[in-house]
Amino acid sequence: MIRRFLAGLLAIAALAVTPAHAKDELVVAMTQMPGTWNPVISSMLAKSLIANMTARPLTAYDADWKLVCLACTELPTVENGKARVIDLPDGKKGMEIDVELRDLRWGDGVPVTTKDVAFTLDVGKHPLSGVASSEGFKRVLKLDVKDDRRFTMTIDRVTFDYNSSALLLLPAHIEKPIFEANPAEYRNKTAYDTQSTNPGLAFGPYRIVEIVPGSRITLEQNSTWTGEKPYFKRIVVKIIENTAALEANLLSGGVDYVLGELGLSLDQAIAFEKRHGGKYNVIYKPALIWEHIDVNLDNKLLADKRVRQAMLLAIDRKAISEKLFDGKQPIAHGGISDLDPMFSPAARQYGYDPAAAKKLLDEAGFSTIRNNVRQNAAGERLSIELGTTAGNRVRELVAQVIQSQLRQVGIEARIKAEPPRLFFEVMNRRNYGALGMYAWVQRPGGVPRSTLHSKEIPTAENGWSGQNYPGYANPQMDKALDDAERELDVDKRRALFAEIQKLAADDLPSLPLFFRVDPFVIPKALKGVTPTGTLNSSTLWIEQWRWEGP
Amino acid sequence: MSRYFVSRAVQTLLTLAVMSLVVFVLIGLMPGDPIDLMISGDPNMKSEDAARLRAAYGLDKPLLERYLAWASEAVQGNFGYSRSFGQPVLTILWPRLLNTLLLAGSAFVLSVAIALPLGIWAAAHPRSRADYLINLFCFAGISTPPFWLALLLITLFAVFLGWLPAGGMAYPRPGTPWSVALAEQLRHLVLPVVTLTLVQLGPYTRFMRGAMIEALRQDYVRTARAKGAPERTVLWRHAFANALAPVLTILALSFGGLFSGAVITETMFAWPGMGKAIYQAILENDYNLALVGLLLATAATIAGNLLADLGYAWVDPRVSLAADQP
Repeated sequence: MIRRFLAGLLAIAALAVTPAHAKDELVVAMTQMPGTWNPVISSMLAKSLIANMTARPLTAYDADWKLVCLACTELPTVENGKARVIDLPDGKKGMEIDVELRDLRWGDGVPVTTKDVAFTLDVGKHPLSGVASSEGFKRVLKLDVKDDRRFTMTIDRVTFDYNSSALLLLPAHIEKPIFEANPAEYRNKTAYDTQSTNPGLAFGPYRIVEIVPGSRITLEQNSTWTGEKPYFKRIVVKIIENTAALEANLLSGGVDYVLGELGLSLDQAIAFEKRHGGKYNVIYKPALIWEHIDVNLDNKLLADKRVRQAMLLAIDRKAISEKLFDGKQPIAHGGISDLDPMFSPAARQYGYDPAAAKKLLDEAGFSTIRNNVRQNAAGERLSIELGTTAGNRVRELVAQVIQSQLRQVGIEARIKAEPPRLFFEVMNRRNYGALGMYAWVQRPGGVPRSTLHSKEIPTAENGWSGQNYPGYANPQMDKALDDAERELDVDKRRALFAEIQKLAADDLPSLPLFFRVDPFVIPKALKGVTPTGTLNSSTLWIEQWRWEGP
Repeated sequence: MSRYFVSRAVQTLLTLAVMSLVVFVLIGLMPGDPIDLMISGDPNMKSEDAARLRAAYGLDKPLLERYLAWASEAVQGNFGYSRSFGQPVLTILWPRLLNTLLLAGSAFVLSVAIALPLGIWAAAHPRSRADYLINLFCFAGISTPPFWLALLLITLFAVFLGWLPAGGMAYPRPGTPWSVALAEQLRHLVLPVVTLTLVQLGPYTRFMRGAMIEALRQDYVRTARAKGAPERTVLWRHAFANALAPVLTILALSFGGLFSGAVITETMFAWPGMGKAIYQAILENDYNLALVGLLLATAATIAGNLLADLGYAWVDPRVSLAADQP
C-alpha cells in the first residue's frame, strides 16, 4: 500500500519536470478577472487587456502617446480634410468626420461593416441598454453610411478630441437580434456573456476559446484576422489576485509574463530586478495615473490657499520617491504629466521648503504652536484628517511619511485608511474631513474637466456625478476648461492648458504627489512588448509579441 | 423520525428566509451602490447616466421593495444576474462551489483523517514526548497565518524545487489523456490542500485530544479496565465512542465553511472558489452574487447542524430524534 502510494507520488513528481507549456503558447497573468465581456457596457482595465487582443478600437494612443488609427484606415483630421467644422440646424457649431474602416472580418467570416458601427451607436444611445457612459454615443448626432466601410459622423460640438474614438464595435449580425428582442435585458443576454467563445465576437488577432471564471481565459489565433499574423498560437491569461503569489508563479515558470498594467507592484518590481534582473528586462513606464491628495475646500481650516500651498511645500516628494520607489516614480507638478504634449513648465512648481511652509502658515493666521500643533487666533488647531484607501501598502506608507513631514511644520494629520469601496463613497459624497489621497487616470492631451470644472462637483442634484471632489469653483478655470475643449488649434490649446495648469498650481484644490509608473517585468526572450503608460494597453499590439533567442 | 425531518425542513426554510432579508438589508445599507463604483471609475459618466443606470438596476426603489422583488423571483428559482459578470448568479457560483468543495472537502477529509488518530494517540499518552510533539505541531498550525504558510510552501515546492505548480487549476489541452489531466489537476491541488490541512489539523487534533482525555477519566473507562478489557477496546469502544459526540459537533459546524470557501488560501493559490467570489462580490457591490453566496453558506451551516444532530443519535443511543421524547 505504502509502496503504491510512493509510486504515485513519484509519478506526480515526474510530471512536475515536464515543461509547463509549449513554445507556441504564452502564459500571462494579471490580478483581476474581467466582469462582463461586452465592450460597451462598462469599462474596466482587466477587460480591455483581453478585449484588445480580440478586437480593436477605431483609434488609440500608441506608446509615444500619439493618436493612431487601429480599426480605421486613416486618422481623420481638419488638416487632411476628413474632419470639418459645420453649422448645425440649431445654430450651434458641430463637426463632420469621415471614417473608413479597415478590411476586417469577425471570427465567423462576416465582414466588419458600417452596419456594426450603426448598431453599436444604437446600443450606446439606448436608455435601457445598460451602457455606463452614454456621453460619447450621444455626441454623434447623425451617421451617414456611404458604403460597407465608409461613413461620416456628425458630432454635436467642436472639440479637440473629435478624432479620438475608443469605440469598440459590436457584431450586429449576432448582437442585434438579442438587443432588439428586449433592450432592457440586453446587458444580461448579450452574447459576449452567454456565448463568450463565439468566434463571431472577435475580429482581432485572437479569439476567446475558453473562460474559467476567476481562474483563466484562453485565446487562440483568429483565422480571419487580416493584420500582422501573431507569433503565439495560444495565449493563456491566468488570474492571480495576490501579487506575492503572482511573483512566485513567474519565478516557478507557471507564468511566462505578468501583464505590466495589472500585475506586480512597483516595490515588488524593484526588488525583483535586484534579485533576478539577469533574466528579465524591467521597464518602469511612467503612466498617466496621477497620485494626489484632494483637499476638501469646504473645510474652513483649508479654505486659505496659503495653507494648501504650505502643505505641499512641507511634503518632501523627492525624498519619498527616492526612499520608497527607488526614484522611479516621477514627481507630479499637477494633473498634467511632464510627458504630456500639453504640459506647461511655466506653472508654479513646489519644491521641499519647510521654512517657506512655516512662513505661509504664519501668514495664514496659524502662528501659535501648542503641543506641536499650530492654532489660529480663534484657537482652532490645524489638525486634519488624511484619508486614503486601506490595503494599498505603498499608499499607506506614503500617508505615514506625509503625516510625519506635516508634523514638522505644525500640522497634525490623522490617517484614516478605509476600504476602497467606503473611501470612494465618502469622497464622492464629499463627506471626507479634509484630505483624501488616491489616484486618477488621465489620457494624453485630455482636458481635466471632470476634476476641475465647477459643474463637475458631485451633488445630490446631479446624482453625485463628476469628480471634482474638492468642490473647486473658479470661473477663470471653468472658462479655460471650456475653451480648451473647443479649441482645435494645438498652439492655442496649449496656451489654454498653460492657464489651466497655472490656476491649478496656484489654487491647489489637489496636492500633486506622483505619476505612477507601470512596472513591466519582461523575460529577456520575450520581444515586442511595448508599454504605453496609457489606458490603451500594450496588448493592443500583441501580434508583435514573440519569443526570440534561446 | 419523519416528523423530525419535516420540522427541521420548516425551520431551515424559515431561517433561510430571515437570513436572506437580513443579508439583503445589510448589503443594501452598506455605503455606496454599484453605480457609485462605476462613477468613480469612469470620468465620462454624467448624472443622467447615473440616474438611468440606477433605474435600470432597480436601485432607485426602496430597499424592502427591492427585496420583495428579488424574493418573488428567487422562490421561482431565478436568483438574478451578477452585475459584475453579467451572468445568472448560479452560473457563476456553481463551478466555484464545486471547486471549493474539491479543495476544502479534500482538506477536510485529510485533516480529520490525520487529526483523529493524532488526538487519540496524544490523549492515550498524555505528557509523553509524542504528546508534547503533537501539541507543538498543533499550536504551530493554529498560530501560523495561512497566507504565510501558503507563501512558504509555494516558495519551497514551486519556486526552489519546482515540483509543484504555484497555483491555479490545471488546464489540459484538448486531447490530453484523462490520466495525465487527472495527475495535473492533483498536482495543482497538493499545495492548497496541504495549506488548508495544516491550518485545520491543529484545532481538530486539540478537540479530539481534549474530548478523549475527558472520556478516559470517566468511571466507565475505569470499570472497563478493572474488568480486564484490553487497552485497545477501552480506547476505541469505550472512550472514543463517547468522545466522538462533541468532536462531531465541531466537525459538523466546520461543514458550513466548506461552502463559504477559504478566502486566503483560494486567493494565494488563485483557486477560483466560493470564498473569493463572495468576498469580491461584497467589495464590488454585486448584491445578487453576494446574497446568494452567503445564503448558500448559511444553508450549508444549517445542513452541518442537521448532520451533527444525526451524528449524535448515531454515536450516542441515549439521544433520540423523535419529537415526543423529553
